[in-house]
Amino acid sequence: MNAFIDFYAAPPGLTAHAAPLLVIGPLIAACAAALSPSTRSAWMISVGGTIFAFWMALCLAGEVARNGVVNYYMGGFAPPLGIAFRIDALGVMFALLISGIGVMAALFSGHTLEAEIMKGKRRLYQSGFLLCVAGLLGLSATGDAFNAFVFLEVSSIGTYALIGVGVDRRALPAAFNYLVMGTIGATFFVIGVGFLYAATGTLNMADMSGRLATLGDSRVVEAGFAFIVIGLGLKAAMFPLHGWLPAAYAYAPSLMGVFLSATATKAALYLMARFLFTVFGPHLDFVGLFLTWVMAPVAGAAAIICSAQAIFQTDIRRILAFSSVAQVGYIMLGVSMASAEGVSAGLFHLFNQALIKSALFMALGGLAFNIKATKLSDFSGVGRTAPWTMTAFAIGTFSLAGVPLTAGFLSKWRLIEAAFAAHWLWAVGVIAVSSLLGLIYAGRMLETIFFRAPVSEERAGEARFGVLVPLWILAAASVWYGLDASLPVDLSTAAAQALGLAPAGAAP
Amino acid sequence: MPSFATPLDANTIVDIALLAMLAVIVVAVARTRSLLTAIILTSVYSFISAVWLVVMDAADVSFTEAVVGAGVSTIIALGAILLTRSECSRIPWRETLLPLLLVTVTGGLLVYAALDLPSLGDPSAPANIYVGRLYLQHAEHDIGTPNIVTAVLSSYRGFDTLGETTVIFAAGLGVALLLGFGERALQDTPRPSMAKMAESGQHVVLRVSAKMLIPMISIYAFYVQFHGDLGPGGGFQAGVIMAVAIILHALVFGLQETMESIPPQLARGLSAFGVLLYAGVGVVNLTNGGNFLDYDHLFPRIFEEGLPDSHLVGGHHIWGQHFGILAIELGVFLTVASTMVTIFYAFAGRAPDLSPHGEG
Repeated sequence: MNAFIDFYAAPPGLTAHAAPLLVIGPLIAACAAALSPSTRSAWMISVGGTIFAFWMALCLAGEVARNGVVNYYMGGFAPPLGIAFRIDALGVMFALLISGIGVMAALFSGHTLEAEIMKGKRRLYQSGFLLCVAGLLGLSATGDAFNAFVFLEVSSIGTYALIGVGVDRRALPAAFNYLVMGTIGATFFVIGVGFLYAATGTLNMADMSGRLATLGDSRVVEAGFAFIVIGLGLKAAMFPLHGWLPAAYAYAPSLMGVFLSATATKAALYLMARFLFTVFGPHLDFVGLFLTWVMAPVAGAAAIICSAQAIFQTDIRRILAFSSVAQVGYIMLGVSMASAEGVSAGLFHLFNQALIKSALFMALGGLAFNIKATKLSDFSGVGRTAPWTMTAFAIGTFSLAGVPLTAGFLSKWRLIEAAFAAHWLWAVGVIAVSSLLGLIYAGRMLETIFFRAPVSEERAGEARFGVLVPLWILAAASVWYGLDASLPVDLSTAAAQALGLAPAGAAP
Repeated sequence: MPSFATPLDANTIVDIALLAMLAVIVVAVARTRSLLTAIILTSVYSFISAVWLVVMDAADVSFTEAVVGAGVSTIIALGAILLTRSECSRIPWRETLLPLLLVTVTGGLLVYAALDLPSLGDPSAPANIYVGRLYLQHAEHDIGTPNIVTAVLSSYRGFDTLGETTVIFAAGLGVALLLGFGERALQDTPRPSMAKMAESGQHVVLRVSAKMLIPMISIYAFYVQFHGDLGPGGGFQAGVIMAVAIILHALVFGLQETMESIPPQLARGLSAFGVLLYAGVGVVNLTNGGNFLDYDHLFPRIFEEGLPDSHLVGGHHIWGQHFGILAIELGVFLTVASTMVTIFYAFAGRAPDLSPHGEG
């Protein structure tokens, strides 16, 4: 977090309230977008709201770098009576990521919504998008277990409809599936929180953690843990609970593909890490057993099986969606090592994945309304007709496959190092095999796009300028962090420390 | 947990009877293939759980369950089956095995944990000795509302309630995005208006009783709204009751009549405005030097200096808390009522014809 230590983004009066404003900004923008007179004004509100959130996240980053943790008491009531926001390095990392991707997605949405969403619904669409941003940011900031559930719902309820409402009719059953699975996940989570409340009498996470440590063996806590992990596993598309994801991402309007693939499952992963390490703690028997014997094998299986599945998809977005589930596997593999190296490598990978996946979906979305294509074969030869868009896509794909000089390479490398450090040789093997599979589907996409003859005479034009700008910012970030990864490494290392994991060599 | 050596007291017998009814209803819902029957049974289920919650002394929750579970969600579900078939298709038994296994495991896990839970009403349970007791001790002093549930929901944990209100708004938004705003109903050929119905003498009893009921339901909604900090109730319940009055109007006099007085755009706008009002109160608190949603800082300093000293109780501004809660409850009321109406419009606007004089 050293990069932010001398960083004062706003006057102190505003910085003091940056924590609630991070969430309330996009929330108010969502209401304003729903009430706004035109599509264009709704789009501007959307861009403004997300930029405001990013600004507040930067303010928080400065505060966290200087003070370690930002505590904010809603309504002026200290916990356990009131709800507290508690933002540490991990929370800041996610707030920066979600709001940053939010700005890019909002910029991107100006052109694509016109092509994909019925006139008259675009304002509401922007409103729903902003609600989703607000919910995910709230998730990253809150220090209260029930408040986390509320934000999980805020971010999900609108999303179900946003996925289903596009031109692709296959999106409707996908959205319904996601609705059912997501609701089961949220219900499981709240049952788990209810059990923890029954056992500890508090909802504040830090307070809960302190009381759980003194509680000893309790079946209520064990069952609560199981419900929370399964519930969040559903939301995070943890293998084998990922059934809803490929169709939901592949058939959704491209704005949702861009934003959700980068943030939604990641936020659920964040909450899971929060519960595993902050609330329960790896020193508890059942948490340690879960990490080593459930999460690690499942993560390894996801990395291999879903990479293999991605190879056999014909729809290009489904390739990316299956790849997403595989990448969740990598991240979880890092987290399940429960070491500072492993968790920070996992978080670094998560950071890169968010940039990569939103860039890839953005490139496809920018083209899709020109060429109305979904299948991989429809994209034959597009690299020649839309070089700028597809070069950015290629950079993203390189980073996804882990080609050296990209950010994706560095994070895989650090995962392998962490696996060696933990003496998990099988995990090194899993990453190697899965990376090979990743090369195959990445190569398949690039081969079709760049080296095949175009299928039809109808030339697919370049994506609009308004799409190219955020697209190239994301692609450039993948290259930049491949050459100089100090910022994401710094963030993820501080985040792992915030979870109570000291790096090897440091005093315990 | 009742031990069977001692005679059962009346409360336990009522509990067992109500829970047994719930169990029977759940099995019946799972077995029936008629969606209409299932909806009516779930409505009965909600009603019985509302009664059970009263027995448990959870009046606020019971109230919500009655108006939301038994009331408006039944109406919306009925609106939904008008758009689909009324029977569900038969599922081969092989496909039910995996869900059955999952449900059994989940149920087993719940029972496993429940055996270790403190028994109901145990005064030494963690939930009762820690935060719960703190609320009972401090609410009168901090907030000053006689109904402590309201103190917790709107002030101590008011930020959660803002989130829940946003969820309601998001739900209405989602339904409007997927199903539209019921604009089809406005484009259709005009249906017989109220005046014409009166001339031809159709449905006299229905219309007359609805005309008597609608104002009374509305007044009751306002009662629940403004007495939320004294007794059970508040913005959520009042909003749903108000929506029920409007929906009743639509059912009896036709959707077009209702849409003329409450246009879909207005309902949609109010739904966003309610959230805006709630969040706006929080922002006002910020600008007046407090934390977000700290109603102690509802009024600017200058205004406060003109107030009598009686508004300060132990450093807390009882007036600020009182008016803050009123304002956010109004936001909740607006969002809930208008969202329910929006959702109803979205379903009913697609249905063939809901009014009693229609053909469908």
